[in-house]
Amino acid sequence: MMDCNELVELITDYLEGSLAASDRTRFDEHLRICDGCTSYLDQMRATLKALGNIPAGSVGQTARERLLNAFRDWKKTQ
Amino acid sequence: MTKAQDELLLSRLRDGEESAFAQLIDALHSKLVRFARGFVHDEAAAEDVVQEAWIGVLDGLHAFEGRSSLSSWIFGITANKAKTRAARDARTAPFSALADREASEVECAVSPNRFLDSSSEWPGHWAQPPASWGARPEEHLLQTETMNELLRITEGLPAAQRAVLFLRDVEGYEPSAVCNILDLSETNVRVLLHRARSKVRGALEVYLTR
Repeated sequence: MMDCNELVELITDYLEGSLAASDRTRFDEHLRICDGCTSYLDQMRATLKALGNIPAGSVGQTARERLLNAFRDWKKTQ
Repeated sequence: MTKAQDELLLSRLRDGEESAFAQLIDALHSKLVRFARGFVHDEAAAEDVVQEAWIGVLDGLHAFEGRSSLSSWIFGITANKAKTRAARDARTAPFSALADREASEVECAVSPNRFLDSSSEWPGHWAQPPASWGARPEEHLLQTETMNELLRITEGLPAAQRAVLFLRDVEGYEPSAVCNILDLSETNVRVLLHRARSKVRGALEVYLTR
């Protein structure tokens, strides 16, 4: 039987699909009987979803101009 | 971007099409600056690093063999420039040493105090289970205020964990690409990712249940 403090250390391998089959079975069995670990897994999934939704910023006008100038210089040397 | 899109963009770049380069800058520059910021001491240094990386990209365009995606190649160049800059500023140990140290320290995903000890009937089980994040945690998490907090949390991670989490979970690169970009072993990437994710969840728990 898996303990909760073991499950929280295996969760990344579980979510990344790199957990050995036997551990995966023990992990799933534990989840079926443990509300605390089910919440933990839900929260980890929600965390990952939120991380994937962090909005990107945009490039500043000055930096953009400087880079396009660098591109023009590079082009001349080609 | 798919491999076909990469190849098309690459050939336009090699032909000197400025709009192709503009497209690349618009898609990647701010992400690269955010990434580089984790290695160096301020925003200006991060901008310098990325500017230098773009020059490196142009110089390497014709030699690029397409073994990785175009964007992960660019992230890799940025990582190398950022590591060089950080070493030159001599404020930190080399990145590879930081990564080894962060991955080898003894560290628990969740504080041991939150589990029952060996004197209890259920040692190793939750004494203090995760606190609820409310009725609609996903909606709550996507609010601007929470997003800003999340970004702040990731910026507070140790450098190697921050870099791995950014590439894997914010940018969505496969673990093998993360290894290549940062020049880290698969094991280190796995451990660093686990530590970073555990810390971020823990910090969000504190924030959302304060």
